[in-house]
Amino acid sequence: MTRTLTHIERLEAEAIHIMREVVTQAEKPVMLYSVGKDSAVMLHLARKAFFPSPPPFPLLHVDTTWKFQDMYKLRDTMARESGMELLVYQNPEAADRGINPFDHGPLHTDMWKTEGLKQALDLYGFDAAFGGARRDEEKSRAKERIFSFRTASHGWDPKNQRPELWNLYNARKNKGESIRVFPISNWTELDIWQYIQLNNVPIVPLYFAKVRPTFEWEGQLFMADDIARLEKVLGYRPEITNRSIRFRTLGCFPLTGAVESTASTLPEVIQETLLTTTSERQGRVIDKDAGGAGMEKKKQEGYF
Amino acid sequence: MEPVDQTPVYQTEALIAEDILAYLDKHQHKTMLRFITCGSVDDGKSTLIGRLLYDSKMIFEDQLAALEADSKRVGTQGAEIDFALLVDGLAAEREQGITIDVAYRFFSTEKRKFIVADTPGHEQYTRNMVTGASTADLAVILIDARKGVLTQTRRHSYLAHLIGIRHIVLAVNKMDLVDYSQARFDEIVAEYREFAASIGIAEFVAMPISGFKGDNITAPSPNTPWYSGPSLVEHLETVEVDTATDQARPFRMPVQWVNRPNLDFRGFSGLIAGGTVEPGDAVRVLPSGKTSTVSRIVTLDGDLDSAVAGQSVTICLADEVDCSRGDVIATADQPPQAADQFEATIVWMDDDAMLVGRSYWLKLGTQTVSVTVQQPKYTVNVNTLEHLACKTLELNAIGVAEIATDKPLVFEPYADSRTLGGFILIDKITNRTVGAGMLHFALRRAQNVHWQATDITREVHASLKNQKPKVLWFTGLSGSGKSTIANEVEKRLNLMNRHTFLLDGDNVRHGLNRDLGFTEADRIENIRRVGEVAKLMADAGLIVLTAFISPFRAEREMVRKMLPEGEFVEIFVDTPLEVAEARDVKGLYKKARSGVLKNFTGIDSPYEPPEDPDIRVNTVEMTPEEAAEHIVRQLMPLK
Repeated sequence: MTRTLTHIERLEAEAIHIMREVVTQAEKPVMLYSVGKDSAVMLHLARKAFFPSPPPFPLLHVDTTWKFQDMYKLRDTMARESGMELLVYQNPEAADRGINPFDHGPLHTDMWKTEGLKQALDLYGFDAAFGGARRDEEKSRAKERIFSFRTASHGWDPKNQRPELWNLYNARKNKGESIRVFPISNWTELDIWQYIQLNNVPIVPLYFAKVRPTFEWEGQLFMADDIARLEKVLGYRPEITNRSIRFRTLGCFPLTGAVESTASTLPEVIQETLLTTTSERQGRVIDKDAGGAGMEKKKQEGYF
Repeated sequence: MEPVDQTPVYQTEALIAEDILAYLDKHQHKTMLRFITCGSVDDGKSTLIGRLLYDSKMIFEDQLAALEADSKRVGTQGAEIDFALLVDGLAAEREQGITIDVAYRFFSTEKRKFIVADTPGHEQYTRNMVTGASTADLAVILIDARKGVLTQTRRHSYLAHLIGIRHIVLAVNKMDLVDYSQARFDEIVAEYREFAASIGIAEFVAMPISGFKGDNITAPSPNTPWYSGPSLVEHLETVEVDTATDQARPFRMPVQWVNRPNLDFRGFSGLIAGGTVEPGDAVRVLPSGKTSTVSRIVTLDGDLDSAVAGQSVTICLADEVDCSRGDVIATADQPPQAADQFEATIVWMDDDAMLVGRSYWLKLGTQTVSVTVQQPKYTVNVNTLEHLACKTLELNAIGVAEIATDKPLVFEPYADSRTLGGFILIDKITNRTVGAGMLHFALRRAQNVHWQATDITREVHASLKNQKPKVLWFTGLSGSGKSTIANEVEKRLNLMNRHTFLLDGDNVRHGLNRDLGFTEADRIENIRRVGEVAKLMADAGLIVLTAFISPFRAEREMVRKMLPEGEFVEIFVDTPLEVAEARDVKGLYKKARSGVLKNFTGIDSPYEPPEDPDIRVNTVEMTPEEAAEHIVRQLMPLK
């Protein structure tokens, strides 16, 4: 009995194969978990890859303390359901210095995320970390291998990547090196949505439109997720209005712009996504610094 | 020149807006085709890919705005949109206007989703082209209509064919710049056909296009009324994908991971490489050959009635058979073979040339074994396709050689299975992926040479001499004192009535190894032979002392692995280069410094000191006698 596999089936089989290759070749793997929709798909794939065993590695959330409340809630639920250990890491230096997205701009991402991630990987001694990056997200991602090696200081050298042939992954690393592994490299945003729909993967409710408290800041629309904290950092109480909004991408709540929308079901969200005329990451501030080479530069410095 | 209708023929957007569920259902059932684009610099690869993304509505408004701005600022197309800027990703590339690595792009039409490997045309990046081709079902070979078939065209076509791509598209690009001349198109196709036939490409589809203007990309172009074939996208949508072909082959699944959550469950997880499987199927586990029956196909979504090539599953067997990572579960009556010597095509991908006799890791499917490569039978000049004699393979060279693994490998010829016939080679020290290869066939000799069992075993030899055999392997720079100290150690062992033999570097080179020079390859062969002789002597029960520079860790490790655990004793005669050079007992350092003597260890050839030697002696602080005393004490007891 033969049948043609759909592209979603092939992408799933590829991701599962990659996860199993890592588990059998790395000493101490971990899955980075950011609670976004790509992380949700990654977690689901991991559960499929090792069923009936639980995935044989912990989840690591590199927390900035500025995530949406709904994200923290879903994170804790999913860790419980999957039977996986959840590690949460917050860069103590960033906490001490009160680093926040309003006063510190790019330093916020650098300290909490880039530095926080490096510190967490070093602290636990993880030698392989799964990430949910996709090649269609950004130009420098399109050139990255599925097994992406980082130096002891977590830097990425785009000109010195190992050739990756067939589905053979060379996971041997030199002392101090670690690997970032991207099992959903070949997925597009639409594939992610479709997979969530086909597999009933739980995602943060913020992806669906609902009337929520919002404020405007530097020309973009944001959600007022923790008004007391916002007021303290901004030094004033922003004008809050209720609007029907949702998020195309989820980061820290002050760094992630919302869009006005009425798409409250998954098909409606997908429909809106497909008909929209701006690319996914436009709501995020991170790609825009350092001219066109924002992400490439960040990756060389050790950002995921 | 007529304006080309660049409107895609797809009704995608209308369907999304009108009936999203119908659209999703359609998208869900799309198949996937992976292809590569290759051509020389400036053949218009990036422009073509940018055009495919643009025409399939994969470009968002904000990206388009940025693209228009960039086109004016740094574009090469005057006032028009420079599609190449969409795909030239890295800052380094944008500055230099080149593509430095394989990039993967995605777009979909109404029938298919596509993954495009964008591979650079520069000669030095051939390894990237092979990488991109290894997962492709189809190759688009781009030719600039003004330039015709170039050296790079031949090289890329040869590589695509070598890696087993069955569908080749010859896209004669920039037709707008030759006035859509049919004569020019026919001329190029004729020249290519002759070349293609000569390398065994039986079939290809040729089409006149313009990536820049959009001719014959998504729809037939009015500028080429003389061309009646399909547009590029039409062809990409209908060509047969390889997973369909794989399903028609016998069942094979390389085992990745043994799934054992508790004592009641034992499953074997893997990606099915060929065929189909159902519960009740009789299977055989290779290389052991044990048979069993498939009892379940387990997934998170429930047990499956059947699974096909391309799916990742977990299989349970009815019997408790031995099976672990690296084994292959296959159809019982048509299993693959196992062998340890093969002929293979190897593509070298590392800056350091291949070393004949050096032991590398070979990864094939889920198996990883040690392998050595013989001197290549020939290397292929990909421009002329001539077979040339060669001693080794340099970066980007392609050659045919015999290889020998230290354990039997379950395999199929690459022509039958990319999974069980394609392999990568990994350097044991740097851990880099240094080569890729494709197995042709197993050598008969592996099956016909058997070990002759003898009655007087190595244990008998050793007990008769009342000692435990050992190989005392002295390593260090020339002039470090290896031979002197080894001689002192042998004298002491002799006084203790031990049966010993000293193999000295210089002496062996007068006889056994007099055909070898001092290149890296010859040094490796030198050590391999000495290792084999030392092993035979240890089998005879002797304590063997060897005094060789033996500069490379990999070869010392190779000898250690030839011997039973604990019999190889690495002794590092640790003398700094300045001290050895100052001694210069044989006057060799002086010759090397003056350039008379080439490949001299420590001067213009590397020495890799042991990282964790069994014994270390410091000849600056110790006399040879003290060093010998120290070594003998470490060796006790000798029984």
